[in-house]
Amino acid sequence: MADTNFLLETRGLTKRFGGVIAVNDVNFNLIPGELRCLIGPNGAGKSTFFKCLTHQHKPSSGKIFFKDRDITRLHTHQIAHLGIGIKTQVPSVFDGIPVRENIWLAARRYHGRGSANKVTADVIDRVGLGNIRDSMVGRLAHGERQWVEIGMVLTSDPTLLLLDEPTAGMTHEETEKTARLIKEISESASLIVVEHDMQFIKAIANKVTVFHQGSILVEDKVEAVMANPLVRDIYLGKEKD
Amino acid sequence: MRGLSLNTAGLLAAAIISVLALVVIPQVAPFYILLQITLYFSFAILALSLAFIWGFGGVFSFGQAAFFGLGGYTYAILSINMGSSTVPLIVAIVLPTVFALLLGYLMFYGRLSSVYLAVITLVVTLIFHKFLGHTAGFEYRIGNAHLGGYNGIPAIPPINVPGDVTKFAFPEDMFYIAGVALVIVYFGLRWLLSSHFGRTLIGIRENEERAELLGYDVRLYKMIAFGIAGAIAALGGVMFTNWNSFIDPHVFDLGMSAQIIIWVVVGGLSTLIGPIIGAFALGILALELGTQQTIDVNLILGAILIIVVLFVPEGFVPTIKRMCIWLAESRGWLRSRLDSSDLEEKQGRDG
Amino acid sequence: MDLAAITIIQVINLIASLALLSIGLAVIFGMMRVINLAHGEFLMLGAYAVLVPTQAGVPLWISMFIIAPLFVGIVGVIIERLIIRHLYGRMMDTLLATWGLSLLIVGAMTMIFGNTMEGISTPFGSFTIGSLADSQYKFFTIGITAVVLLVAYIVLKFTRFGLIARATMQNSDQASVLGVSPPAVYTLTFGIGAALAGLAGAILAPISGVLPTMGAAYIAKAFITVIGGGEAILTGTAAASVFFGAINQTTTFFTSSVVGEVALLVAAIILLRLLPQGITGRFFRRGL
Ligand SMILES: Nc1ncnc2c1ncn2[C@@H]1O[C@H](COP(=O)(O)OP(=O)(O)OP(=O)(O)O)[C@@H](O)[C@H]1O
Ligand SMILES: [Mg+2]
Repeated sequence: MADTNFLLETRGLTKRFGGVIAVNDVNFNLIPGELRCLIGPNGAGKSTFFKCLTHQHKPSSGKIFFKDRDITRLHTHQIAHLGIGIKTQVPSVFDGIPVRENIWLAARRYHGRGSANKVTADVIDRVGLGNIRDSMVGRLAHGERQWVEIGMVLTSDPTLLLLDEPTAGMTHEETEKTARLIKEISESASLIVVEHDMQFIKAIANKVTVFHQGSILVEDKVEAVMANPLVRDIYLGKEKD
Repeated sequence: MRGLSLNTAGLLAAAIISVLALVVIPQVAPFYILLQITLYFSFAILALSLAFIWGFGGVFSFGQAAFFGLGGYTYAILSINMGSSTVPLIVAIVLPTVFALLLGYLMFYGRLSSVYLAVITLVVTLIFHKFLGHTAGFEYRIGNAHLGGYNGIPAIPPINVPGDVTKFAFPEDMFYIAGVALVIVYFGLRWLLSSHFGRTLIGIRENEERAELLGYDVRLYKMIAFGIAGAIAALGGVMFTNWNSFIDPHVFDLGMSAQIIIWVVVGGLSTLIGPIIGAFALGILALELGTQQTIDVNLILGAILIIVVLFVPEGFVPTIKRMCIWLAESRGWLRSRLDSSDLEEKQGRDG
Repeated sequence: MDLAAITIIQVINLIASLALLSIGLAVIFGMMRVINLAHGEFLMLGAYAVLVPTQAGVPLWISMFIIAPLFVGIVGVIIERLIIRHLYGRMMDTLLATWGLSLLIVGAMTMIFGNTMEGISTPFGSFTIGSLADSQYKFFTIGITAVVLLVAYIVLKFTRFGLIARATMQNSDQASVLGVSPPAVYTLTFGIGAALAGLAGAILAPISGVLPTMGAAYIAKAFITVIGGGEAILTGTAAASVFFGAINQTTTFFTSSVVGEVALLVAAIILLRLLPQGITGRFFRRGL
């Protein structure tokens, strides 16, 4: 394995569901410290791409390297252990237990008994979950559940964070708060963020990758991507409806 | 006002009740009732094993009867051969535990879905039933112990003080031994469920995917939990075999598995006290019904199961508890909401 | 040579019985995702629905082919309306409720008929190959099973009900598109599954004897066959019956019937470990 400067690299990554090719021969890479946005119309394969990275879906072919290590065949929990955290599109949280317990379970995985409590308290502060710390997660609003999930992922201090539509269903204020949070996270971790909201993307990102029908269509600076007629056709045009 | 949390209060109440029960009952109850309660102690241990793996681990197992019976048979065979009970007791718990771990490995590392787990655990139980039922022939013997087919193994030596075979447990002593075993299992499980392992297990029950994404190896956790449940069931089986001095393949039949499930469902899945109460209540009910000829026991048990599933899906204990809390809150007797560390308030059956 | 011929007939007979006693469960599980643990009791009710009329002088064939399926089918419809209906989508709860039902039916039948085995004399005589003799009823069982599977295939493949049923299997919304309400389809499906179980119980009754607790002996086998078969109702049941039946009978031939049964159960565990989606999850995917 040749040394690269990439934190994450995929080579020919492909995922098929029966006849549907959800991710098609994707060569993607990310340098350490980068914050990348991933856009693309519905069904472009963004979520599936994420799920291949975490091995929630087994890739049909291709390889995934993280810090130059081949992680294609590792199990989900092993990948988490290497420092990749994910907030899935549909919030994946522990619904039947309180917020604090959710965060604590995440924290305790990587911290001893003493520091787990401290990390839990810190994260609750950082994400701003103080008011709801004792509520059952299942009873929270969609936006709050997203924050709980982000909070859980933050407890392990991940090297790479995958956020799949982190502002979906949020009010304007909530979106701004999330943008601030993401910026703050990006100071210590690399991020890939799937988003539809171009204002939001402008606010947080520098480089954008556009997915279309399972493949990478364009990869460029935000302004260039927004100006790209191809992208307007497949994506921005459809956004208006 | 910062009184006792509900959790601590519950723990204290449970401790007081256990001690009182073990001290007072033998003073007041006639011998035959004492014997009956001893039987329910061993059933309650069995009920707890299912309550743990199903209610907290989210794994529905038809197979607790298999570990119960395996524990009983192992104890019977070894104690007949060895005379003394210490080694048989240990092996009778270790062997089913190892077996449960192996089975758990097969199921959880194969990522079988819950329906298939149900089938496999059921099938394993039936294998034991079939096999041991056909061991009547003289060739089926292990040392001095004849397996005896459907006639079972009689005259199983009782537990004795380690190292001294002459000091063995009389039936009334079994009351204390089984009672203490139940208390230990109950408090042991409460402790386990408040530990990192137990809390993770509950997390896994809530959302397996998230647990994995956080870095927990779900397969391993489930396998270990399955092993623990197997150990508890085996302990129940040893107590049962001692109570009876006898064991036969009946412990592996469908009716036995059905009973365990009814205890847990009726008492309340995802509680620990509920299944214990369920085992006692339905044990007494079955005994009462057994004394009359008009109504068949199965008819009543079946009707109870259907009614509970349709109308009291959480089981009685959580439902009653919720009603009490609601009443207390609405009358202003209790100010705080449920303590969040109170683990016995989780719902959810499908997993 | 004679032995080989007889053995082959026995193997086919076992496979056929397995398919016959599983098909009702397969229909209900495949189309409704309901695990009906009272299936064994449906078989038992079918057996009694032959026994009682026959003892009262009704010709065997009428009770076997008309009364038994009709009676158990009606029982199925009533049960679906009263219980199953309220538990759709809660797989574990339906499993528990049908188990309760199984106990209840056993209890009720024990109160009515007592816990004694009753027999129906096996029709047809026996046949001989060389020096060996066996019952002709085996051919009857094999033939009926073939007919049942064939009819089920034709119904599923070519009729309007079959189309609706297949649509419901894939997606309950599709049935609504076809203008049928899913509840009606479910009631009918459960009724048909029960009727098939009734028929199976009726046909097996002369060989097995009739007893309130007889269902327990079948439920596990049927359960294994259906789950082992996987998604496709007919192909799955047929394939799993062949697989399990062959293993059971072959092992029985070389050892004893108990070992044969144990071998069947062990085979089930291994099969599910290797093919978690059942046989048709991996092979014959396009089957019905
Ligand atoms: N588990 C699955 N089984 C079958 N097909 C799937 C599965 N998951 C996704 N697909 C298909 O793969 C394609 C890509 O889906 P994916 O969810 O990755 O898109 P996306 O870019 O995340 O879209 P969205 O913006 O709507 O979230 C779609 O055609 C989808 O139908
Ligand atoms: Mg998506």
